[in-house]
Amino acid sequence: MKDTLTVLGLESSCDDTAAAVVRGREILSSVVADQTALHEAFGGVVPEIAARAHAEKLDHCVEGALGQSGLSLADIDIIAVTAGPGLIGGVLSGVMLAKGLSAATGKPLVGVNHLAGHALTPRLTDGLAYPFLILLVSGGHCQFLRVDGPTEFKKLGSTIDDAPGEAFDKTARLLGLPQPGGPSVEKHARSGDETRFTFPRPLLDRPGCDVSFSGLKTALLRQRDQLVADQGGLYDQDVDDLCAGFQASVRDVLVEKSRRALAESPGISGFAVAGGVAANGVLRAALETLCADQDVRFVAPPLALCTDNAAMIAFAGAEQYTERGADDLTLVARPRWPLDTTATAVIGSGRKGAKA
Amino acid sequence: MTEHRAAFLSHSPEDTAHFAERLGELLVAGDCVLLSGGIGAGKSHFARALILSRLPVPEDIPSPTFTLVQTYDLPECELWHADLYRLGDPDQIVELGLLDAFQTAICLIEWPDRLGDLTPHDALHIAFDDPAKDDTREVTLSWTSDRWTAPLKAVLP
Repeated sequence: MKDTLTVLGLESSCDDTAAAVVRGREILSSVVADQTALHEAFGGVVPEIAARAHAEKLDHCVEGALGQSGLSLADIDIIAVTAGPGLIGGVLSGVMLAKGLSAATGKPLVGVNHLAGHALTPRLTDGLAYPFLILLVSGGHCQFLRVDGPTEFKKLGSTIDDAPGEAFDKTARLLGLPQPGGPSVEKHARSGDETRFTFPRPLLDRPGCDVSFSGLKTALLRQRDQLVADQGGLYDQDVDDLCAGFQASVRDVLVEKSRRALAESPGISGFAVAGGVAANGVLRAALETLCADQDVRFVAPPLALCTDNAAMIAFAGAEQYTERGADDLTLVARPRWPLDTTATAVIGSGRKGAKA
Repeated sequence: MTEHRAAFLSHSPEDTAHFAERLGELLVAGDCVLLSGGIGAGKSHFARALILSRLPVPEDIPSPTFTLVQTYDLPECELWHADLYRLGDPDQIVELGLLDAFQTAICLIEWPDRLGDLTPHDALHIAFDDPAKDDTREVTLSWTSDRWTAPLKAVLP
């Protein structure tokens, strides 16, 4: 086996269709056919459901990724593909294409967990050594993971209801701001006073690293309706202050839970934050300060590698192939696929704390 | 077809969860429950309590807003928890596999207005409203199929 594998990666598990060519830690090409232009028109991220739509785009992404890398399929050592979790149509089309390419070329096939792709990204971008801690924070996810190896993940905590990205989107919706909500809310929060409205810090009174954001959304709704009832509408300053108060609550919860996750993880090489919500400047700065205080290396991969992409799948595929070898053509698409199957489920309502 | 209606006031999230558990005991493959109400009205809270009560081994019940569908393997059949808010086109209902699931699984559907003509005629509709702007919720059930009439009498508070 060659020391440095050249990998073709495919990703089609949710909204984006992507292909990339990665050699070692070098990204030779990364093509993402996303739908950002459509998002605002529909007041949210419009999912790509049809397998055929993914399949059509995926062909072109592969063509584009190979073209930009200056390589042909013959130069590829292994083919890595997201095999779940995600929408079945998308995952299936990626897996089918990868199987076809593998069967036609004889190159080994590696099925990668989408979340493992995100979790291993700090090794691709910054060469973080195992074990390290990562906070995955996006539209669909919020988990603290200790990454002990290419296929070894220990979940320290996760959201018991909504993911933070979803909470940002819904806050934007409630305040009439454009989607996606993350950038809109952050922009308004910049001119807002985060101390004017105090929103709850869910689950801070509860030990452990689980988080909850569903109640925060309801608290914001109540405050908005109260303002409308009192003054007949919302002033620009109200919107800014509501955004600032909401964002401060998300920040405080994630920073405090990060502090606990760090305390539970002695001997790690660093703390990474990844996912679309990691683009939030206020959150990122607060996490950076926390790490500086604790004398822990802080890593935040560039946004293009934090959101869905195929370079992370290619890289994770190489790491996992080296450890466990290839999958065969019985590889199946898995809509549900927890990274850490040993973790106990989080139970109950975030509003009142666990009674069970 | 006659539409039947029933309503009650839930005084707390715990009250709503308790009703969800009792209703959950009734559900079999092919049953579809449509959950409507605004953001924060309690649709997901209801769905989460119902799903948890039917799972033999507790597991995470994440919001389906981003993934559109979360499926659970019950001993008897699959349970689908869907949030259709992000759907752009009713054609996507078919792509999602929901029409098949209506026949073979227990389905809990949030933002069911997106179903349009594809709404199952024998579905149970539950609407959540929070007129008092506090922890209480007006819960209104409506249905036309006789499938629900007798069993619901036993579980309504």
